[in-house]
Amino acid sequence: MSEALDTIEEFVQSDYKYGWVSNIETETFPPGLNEDVVRLISAKKEEPEFLLEWRLKAFRHWQKMAEPKWANVKYPPVDFQSVSYYAAPKKKKQLNSLDEVDPELRETFKKLGISLDEQKRLTGVAVDAVIDSVSVATTFRKELHKHGIIFCSFSEAVKEHPELIRKHLGSVVPITDNYYAALNSAVFSDGSFCYIPKGVRCPMELSTYFRINAENTGQFERTLIVAEEGSYVSYLEGCTAPMRDENQLHAAVVEIVADTDAQVKYSTVQNWYPGDKNGKGGIYNFVTKRGICKGDRAKISWTQVETGSAITWKYPSCILKGDDSVGEFYSVALTNNYQQADTGTKMVHLGKNTRSTIISKGISAGRGQNSYRGQVKIGKGATNARNFSQCDSLLIGDRCGAHTFPYIDVQNTSGQVEHEASTSKVGEDQIFYLNQRGIETQDAVNMIVNGFCKEVFRELPMEFAVEAQKLLGVSLEGSVG
Amino acid sequence: MSKQLIEIKNLSANINGKEILKGINLTVNEGEVHAIMGPNGSGKSTLGYVLAGREGYEVTGGEILYRGKDLVEMAPEERAREGLFLAFQYPVEIPGVNNTYFLRAAYNEQRKHRGEEEMDAVDFLAVVREKMKLLELPDAMMKRSVNEGFSGGEKKRNEIFQMAVLDPKLSILDETDSGLDIDALKIVATGVNRLKSPTNASIVITHYQRLLNYIVPDYVHVLFDGRIIKSGGKELALQLEEKGYDWITGKETVAAR
Repeated sequence: MSEALDTIEEFVQSDYKYGWVSNIETETFPPGLNEDVVRLISAKKEEPEFLLEWRLKAFRHWQKMAEPKWANVKYPPVDFQSVSYYAAPKKKKQLNSLDEVDPELRETFKKLGISLDEQKRLTGVAVDAVIDSVSVATTFRKELHKHGIIFCSFSEAVKEHPELIRKHLGSVVPITDNYYAALNSAVFSDGSFCYIPKGVRCPMELSTYFRINAENTGQFERTLIVAEEGSYVSYLEGCTAPMRDENQLHAAVVEIVADTDAQVKYSTVQNWYPGDKNGKGGIYNFVTKRGICKGDRAKISWTQVETGSAITWKYPSCILKGDDSVGEFYSVALTNNYQQADTGTKMVHLGKNTRSTIISKGISAGRGQNSYRGQVKIGKGATNARNFSQCDSLLIGDRCGAHTFPYIDVQNTSGQVEHEASTSKVGEDQIFYLNQRGIETQDAVNMIVNGFCKEVFRELPMEFAVEAQKLLGVSLEGSVG
Repeated sequence: MSKQLIEIKNLSANINGKEILKGINLTVNEGEVHAIMGPNGSGKSTLGYVLAGREGYEVTGGEILYRGKDLVEMAPEERAREGLFLAFQYPVEIPGVNNTYFLRAAYNEQRKHRGEEEMDAVDFLAVVREKMKLLELPDAMMKRSVNEGFSGGEKKRNEIFQMAVLDPKLSILDETDSGLDIDALKIVATGVNRLKSPTNASIVITHYQRLLNYIVPDYVHVLFDGRIIKSGGKELALQLEEKGYDWITGKETVAAR
């Protein structure tokens, strides 16, 4: 048996493909956080007064809050004064078209497999590329504009559509929501904004690619998606960061507003730098994602594949306010080496006949600790609400951990809540079976893990599903030999 | 003269330090079917696992030459790619992994090993269809996950199906008859018989004689306490059926004194 463990240990050694640093001239604020920094960010972005006030309110509130300690993760306290809250590639001049994007930036995204070149429309995906604190390019804007769709960086949206921002910003995740959301509200620098007008089905996948490049900076981006009545959009998010010995902070907020009959599908492949195999470095990923099904029959679906970050603290949630509205959460979270993840969802049923589905697949390898934390709440008025939750954990080796923390709160007697959970190990007998068919151990583990995640992968858009499978393979590389 | 496929010489093997095989001698040539019989705990399955290279089954003495190569030195996946196939007594479930996908991966590992190009999904489907017809398997089986939710009989048929697709040189069938009703047994046996050729061989491990009504062996060996204590033709199986294992094992005990 000890031999088996050694080989599993070997298999868990992984290489991070995206750990390089680009040489981009960057304008960075000195580390530290106070009201002046908040004002400076707002000034830098030439924001209207209302937004500055909003930020300051958030900042003042944040100062009164304490860092949450309830998550099942351990890390030394974050020194928020040692972080730089703004880093942006220096712009040579105002960009008039995508062709004018700095070649070094273009190269950076090319290396990440993200083409900013509209000619190479291979996958039919429009991309908003965010590096450190700012959005550097958004593709296919003109084409989307024909359909009345607004897809641009958050900063541009503030300038060009202040009324929409004012109406929806903070409407799902208020500034007082939690510690990291408050911090984000105070210092967020950019992100993506997406608006789908009434009755429009977005003709292509929209995506934001986040890249941290600068050192000692935090990334605080904000995404706002508004889907008007009867509209549809599928949104993808990807992220990577260089390998560094210091931990870097990433505290994002995503808000989704889905009106009557609108459908929003939000997919994430999160691959921030996870730290090295001894647990040094890596991103602290403290993210608040929430959507509201505001109107009847609205649907919000979260799909996430979380393979990166030293620490993940993330609970994409749905508020099911409209009658017959639907919330879904499909998640694969992998922790390897010393990674820790505390992730799950909240489904808040308020409307009648609301339905939610939670499928969570946690994979732990090395000394990784993986926790599912989920809340299903059925409010007084949520007659005939239903939830189905399934939480499966897969263990590779015997030094990792899987934990499940389900919270169920039912206030309406007609509610139906089902929760299923399982924990299994990648078995030596499964590996041997595949070996005996000519498949080597590493491929065998990848195959078993991918099979385990199938229910989630099939929710991902095609290109993403392929990428996610490969990513799991890379993240598990070396885990049994 | 037929070619020698595997030669097992004075093989002994341990599991967790306990000696299970205590000097096995067996030679199998191309075109032959060998049955290994014996009471529970005699080492039959261990022999299968040792040949397939399962971890924890330690060869402590003797040697195994497989197609002229030292088998013990080869990793389990290499053995498989070299045409050694073990039909498992208890096939393992691999949830979420599509049966066809899995089998194509296995098939392509063999092809790569032989220096051939990998086969794409469309061409592979044609191979699969042909073999399914041969074994009278339902289409649905290929769309399901590997052995997941399969009945005992379906699992065994899936083993024989994999064997048909991978077309091994040497098949080891470990208690393929256990847990099968007579109809399933016939289907499995028919499959094995149809796959028989002058260039491949099988070792059929079984506790009962009844499988050998359908798969007729050229040789029958009785394994007891880690040794082959008697070998003979197919009539030996019938004698065992009639007289039980005590007939030989008892004799052996006496002879040992």
